[in-house]
Amino acid sequence: MFYREAGQYKSTYESDMAVFPIRQDLVGVLAILAAAYVIVPQMGNFFIGTVMIPFLVFVMASIGLNLLTGYTGLLSLGTGAFMGVGAYACYKLTTIFPGVNIIVWIIISGFFSAAVGVLFGLPSLRIKGFYLAVATLAAQFFLQWCFVRIPWLYNYNASGAIEVPARELLGFAITGPNAVPLTRYFVLLTLVVFFTWIASNLVRGRIGRQWMAIRDMDIAAELMGIRPLHAKLMSFAVSSYFCGVAGAMMMFLWYGGGEASDAFNINLSFNVLFMVIIGGLGSLIGCFFGAALLHLVPIFLKFGLPAMGVPLGGATAEHLTHIIIGTLIIFFLIVEPHGLARLWATAKQKLRMWPFPY
Amino acid sequence: MSTPTQLQRGDVMLAVENVSLRFGGVKAITDVSFDIRKGEIRAIIGPNGAGKTSMLNVINGFYHPQEGKITYKGVKREKMRPFVAASQGIARTFQNVALFKGMTTLDNIMVGRTLKMKSPFFWQIWRHGPAMQEEVQHRRFVEEIIDFLEIEHIRKTPVGKLPYGLQKRVELGRALAMEPELLLLDEPMAGMNLEEKEDMCRFILDVSSQYGTTIALIEHDIGVVMDLSDRVVVLEYGRKIADGTPDVVKADQAVIDAYLGVGH
Amino acid sequence: MLYDVFVDPFVQMAQMPDLLVQTLWEGLVAGVLYALIALGFVLIFKASGVFNFAQGIMVVFAALTLVGLYEKGVPAFLALILTIGVMFILAWTTERVVLRPLVNQPDIILFMATFGLTYFLIGLGEFIFGGNTKTMITEQLFLPKGAIDVSMLGGRVTFQKLDIAAAVIAGAMVAGLAVFFQYTRIGRALRAVADSHKAALSVGISLNQIWVIVWFTAGIVALVTGIMWGARSDVSFGLQVIALKALPVLILGGFTSVPGAIVGGLIIGIGEKLGEFYWGPLVGGGIESWLAYLIALAFLLFRPQGLFGDKIIERI
Repeated sequence: MFYREAGQYKSTYESDMAVFPIRQDLVGVLAILAAAYVIVPQMGNFFIGTVMIPFLVFVMASIGLNLLTGYTGLLSLGTGAFMGVGAYACYKLTTIFPGVNIIVWIIISGFFSAAVGVLFGLPSLRIKGFYLAVATLAAQFFLQWCFVRIPWLYNYNASGAIEVPARELLGFAITGPNAVPLTRYFVLLTLVVFFTWIASNLVRGRIGRQWMAIRDMDIAAELMGIRPLHAKLMSFAVSSYFCGVAGAMMMFLWYGGGEASDAFNINLSFNVLFMVIIGGLGSLIGCFFGAALLHLVPIFLKFGLPAMGVPLGGATAEHLTHIIIGTLIIFFLIVEPHGLARLWATAKQKLRMWPFPY
Repeated sequence: MSTPTQLQRGDVMLAVENVSLRFGGVKAITDVSFDIRKGEIRAIIGPNGAGKTSMLNVINGFYHPQEGKITYKGVKREKMRPFVAASQGIARTFQNVALFKGMTTLDNIMVGRTLKMKSPFFWQIWRHGPAMQEEVQHRRFVEEIIDFLEIEHIRKTPVGKLPYGLQKRVELGRALAMEPELLLLDEPMAGMNLEEKEDMCRFILDVSSQYGTTIALIEHDIGVVMDLSDRVVVLEYGRKIADGTPDVVKADQAVIDAYLGVGH
Repeated sequence: MLYDVFVDPFVQMAQMPDLLVQTLWEGLVAGVLYALIALGFVLIFKASGVFNFAQGIMVVFAALTLVGLYEKGVPAFLALILTIGVMFILAWTTERVVLRPLVNQPDIILFMATFGLTYFLIGLGEFIFGGNTKTMITEQLFLPKGAIDVSMLGGRVTFQKLDIAAAVIAGAMVAGLAVFFQYTRIGRALRAVADSHKAALSVGISLNQIWVIVWFTAGIVALVTGIMWGARSDVSFGLQVIALKALPVLILGGFTSVPGAIVGGLIIGIGEKLGEFYWGPLVGGGIESWLAYLIALAFLLFRPQGLFGDKIIERI
């Protein structure tokens, strides 16, 4: 009885097509945003640094992959590499032009990733479905090789690693050793909210519809006048853009440096893919769910259980993580192949009826 | 390529001449010629396997005939891709409903407006502004189609959940959204009961009279064909065996033999 | 520069033909091992339409079980038999828990389920056996050691006896499986299941039995592969990523062709080794990590259905 649309009449098409047409949804999202900006910062550096910051980065990457795999139906195993392109691009840009604000470079670095994505997406005209995944695998391994073998990318650093330089915004240190988790969190949060809004605009408009049409039946889509290559390349471009920005965020706002070629490996590609699958293919909110679940399980095992008194070694926690995630994937595919997002939608449906059963 | 001529009602819109289509060793269409005039309802009928759907696919640009010539609006067509056919005003529905199952009725029909939506990517990102205006404008048009086909109550339902008859209607709506000059319908009434068929007939006649759309339809129900169409072409085993008004075709001995299964 | 890429490598090949033969042989052996992994994929795909992403980890898991049992004191051949038993249990459990609930779902869902299976087995394997690298018990299994040196073409070429054994064993497996699929009743049933679950069910083929048989066979193949791979380069979880290399092999050879797996494996194996040895130094080496995928990609662009696949005719 709380979640009713009764009385909410739309008198214009615009209001019908709003992001959150149901008022309760809008209120809920605003509440979550308020909590994110006000309550989370109270929860201490551990929560912010180990839980929220990686979560936001994963959300960004998941949105990127979901646009490609969930909305357009193009399976990609190269997410890690595309994220890497963004990270390295950002690094080069900020070391060559240190005067420009780092946030600008984070946003721009995605374009480099988009260009690479389009390049590796070109085969999608001739190759379909599963075979296309092999092209993305080629991208993953080739780009990873480039990250190591092209020293120019990491500024000829002897260790082969990126060292993120200190940058600031409005007097606050955002990146580098002096950046406090809280500052990085706010920057990340704002960027992710912004980009989620953009992604939402795209999928609700003509481009999103084209992508979904290609995914559902590309032959019919072509007969409607959608040019498959254009739509697919656009999907690769936008998806890789998001992944690239996510990679830059990962390196600059989370890791703060490190063996980048290691960080952007095939395991990262798989992790993000699992987040998208479990969260729900073709659903933006699913990205949040999937990233949350897959990110929290290992943390819970590593820190939560020991904190509750259950003795669990670090290595064992990792093994258990694998077992649990594997089981979860199988479980979700059996119970709800459309992921957590569908479960959420079903729950909302039930909530509409509550307290009546039907 | 010369510009297509402006056609009057009754002029030949599409001319198929000596078209043959093969898949490896299988001959789907052999030396078929007929034409479709602007504003008419042309039925293509014949027993199963006669090559009717293949013929539509050829008109659509999905298959390319090995022999023969197709002229559309006075211009000879080279091998064209389906989206070129779409941009030239040819729309169609499919035998096995080819809707986008993951999307709602409204979204499916909105996809039909693709060719008319020009708002650039930059505005799509922000959605408000030119992109929204365009979206609303097209939504208005689509709502008229939804009104016309009486499917308002299911506009937000994912089409995968709809019963078969309604799915076919949505598919018609999607084709209509393209504002086609030539509408190809592949068995639009397959699997429907009498009431649904009558509704569909009414819609097809309305489309023809209200919008002036030229229609080519494949249909098995002879009663429907006789009532609806202006002219009929009959195919059997990939060849044309009759061509003319419904009355002429109905009396043609070859057609009767084909349907009764008389061997020859 | 053009000379370096297009002429020099061939000059090198001609100048030292014994080195060329050595490289070709290395490539052939690698190819045979890739083919073995690919064979496991082909088996399951051919018989159930499922692309079993977990084949790689099954290889590792089988090898780990074998070595793990031996380290616990079980004699070698008993360990072998027990491992076969474990693979059977694995096949049976997978069928019950993963495949049966997902029957009739689209292929992509089943494919993703095997992702889940992969992670699960990685975790389980790590949990039971620990993450350390282990040595394969080659002696105990009576696999040959040592090498044969042959003087030829002005130099010497070394053939590891183990490699020869691997090639022979793989060849025998391929031949056996090809015959099995083509000529036996069960083989025919397997092919029917791969075409359509529903249709196979409706003619009375017991899907459950078939799947257990198939996954068990794939498990045996995985075990043999694990033994061979492990004998050459130790048993570790890194092997699992190498299994990804099977994908280019499958693309070349087709997903349903048993002989195709060999052909594809050989092309990839030899291509990789030649590429790395003669062209690798030009770009700093290490191109083995991606060359196979590039080769597969190039093939796909010219023949989207792979070397042995059927031409796809879309019907609407």
